[in-house]
Amino acid sequence: MLKATRSHSTEIAGLLTARARWTVPEIAFWLVAFATIFVLPDRHLILTEIVIWALFALSLDLILGFAGIISLGHAAFFGFGAYAAGLLAKHGLIVEPVLALIVAGLASAVLGFFTSFLVLRGTDLTRLMVTLGVALLLRELANRFSDLTGGADGMQGIEIGPVLGRFDFDLYGHTAYVYSLIVLFVLFVIARRIVRSPFGLSLLAIKDNSLRAAAVGIPVNRRLVAIYTIAAGYAGVAGALLTQTTAFASLEGLAFERSADVLLVLIIGGAGYLYGGLIGAVIFRFAHDWMADITPQYWQFWIGLILVLIVLVGRERITGWTRPIRRLADRLGNWRPARPRALGASSREGGER
Amino acid sequence: MTPVLETRALEKHFGGVVAASQVSLRLEKGARHALIGPNGAGKTTIINLLTGVLRPTSGEILLDGKDISHVQPYERVRLGMVRTFQINQLFGELTPLESLGLAVSERLGTGGDWWRRFGTRSSVIDEIGDLLERFSLVDVMREETAILPYGKQRLLEIALAFACRPRLLLLDEPAAGVPDLERQEILATIAALPDDVTVLLIEHDMDIVFSFADRISVLVNGEMLVEGPPAEVARDPRVRAVYLGETFDA
Repeated sequence: MLKATRSHSTEIAGLLTARARWTVPEIAFWLVAFATIFVLPDRHLILTEIVIWALFALSLDLILGFAGIISLGHAAFFGFGAYAAGLLAKHGLIVEPVLALIVAGLASAVLGFFTSFLVLRGTDLTRLMVTLGVALLLRELANRFSDLTGGADGMQGIEIGPVLGRFDFDLYGHTAYVYSLIVLFVLFVIARRIVRSPFGLSLLAIKDNSLRAAAVGIPVNRRLVAIYTIAAGYAGVAGALLTQTTAFASLEGLAFERSADVLLVLIIGGAGYLYGGLIGAVIFRFAHDWMADITPQYWQFWIGLILVLIVLVGRERITGWTRPIRRLADRLGNWRPARPRALGASSREGGER
Repeated sequence: MTPVLETRALEKHFGGVVAASQVSLRLEKGARHALIGPNGAGKTTIINLLTGVLRPTSGEILLDGKDISHVQPYERVRLGMVRTFQINQLFGELTPLESLGLAVSERLGTGGDWWRRFGTRSSVIDEIGDLLERFSLVDVMREETAILPYGKQRLLEIALAFACRPRLLLLDEPAAGVPDLERQEILATIAALPDDVTVLLIEHDMDIVFSFADRISVLVNGEMLVEGPPAEVARDPRVRAVYLGETFDA
């Protein structure tokens, strides 16, 4: 009786790996994304901007949506990566963009590793304040060391070499867009793999109940340090992409507004399922344009209104509002194993077996 | 023989309040030890000290003769000291399947794998299957834990501890608030634990205590009042005074 039957094991394995399977809506999403390369050639500049926001928001999702670490200073890593890429290019240290991108990302990851210890303890409020503080600190340092960063004028004279030594950045942003989109896709696939691993699931457990997580042997702090480091690296790559595609780096990359906006982007799209940052970036950028068209001076009024509505609809959790939509997607595309709610009642009788 | 668990003059102060005072416990291998005491006696404080959730103000905790007073909670779990919680502490958004899978993976040292997909290790899968059957959780294994009926959640609470394969199991009122049917299931599972597993039971229900324990410690106001075999403890006039009105049938 104690031995699990074979069919059980197969069923269990199937259920556990179901989360990791690529679903129809996902594949459709990426087909559409790559189709824009050919379908919307005259929008590549704005699309590049969206891709960078998407990657930055994806990075925030890794810590907020999966590990429950709230941050108001995520721009620290974005800006750090942006300056790192700028310096590498400006001084001709690494001319090839892909390699420079990786190095800039690693530099941000190192910064993330060392600052992660500050967010291990404490409540959401202390985390908000600490992350905010780190970003402010970094911004002032960048301002102070203007010899290195260009200070308030920004870093001038950055020249970016051709990607892989072959594809030059062009005026219309075609190369920039294809390059950014591929980077986003690759990093997304890696992130997707990570969150579906035992490590990724343990983050969800920590977010859910860190007391119990420790009580089943999960090294909570070590896991949080790891994901914070990875997320910082992702943010650094996003920042580096901005520098490379615009040949410019400035204090704006480290600004509080950027930290606040990326949180906004993620909340618009919904945290905790990886696509939230991507969808949020699209909505955010187009809503920005659209609202600015209607009421040029007051477009932030509408953003504010939307934010309040989302949080009210999401009620308990700021990540909550997209849940009904995702549940619908479940049914359409088996995004996650179906979990019929009604079973909760019938299982009461099932208990005796 | 070295006791599995030993505390030496364990103390915990919260500001001016003394929650545990000079607590000395000793559990031999395979012991079925019960820790009882009135509400607010400090029983849960003791568990929190043992598991490392709280740091002792002074005193030592020894596991297999080694001082673990400064060892992280999760490391104590890996050393074989596992607890259950009086109030369910579960992963509400995960399914029983995933929750148990996590606990098993951590024990097998594969919980940190970040590139392997979850659910592709057959050793983990088989063990999850065993646990689900043993705790009658098969029918609800794919549902979100938060929506399970209380009895099932309680079974999962205990199953999570078993998934860690404890050598020393600390049970904090395991049957609290459980309907009769599931209560019997839980008690039967605990009774069926292998002899080499050492158990410390914290319990209010005297029927459970006296049917299960071979030694009983009575904690009052953070201090050990009495310790001994059940019959002796039941006869002790001081214990009777504390539990005025309770009847002991050892």
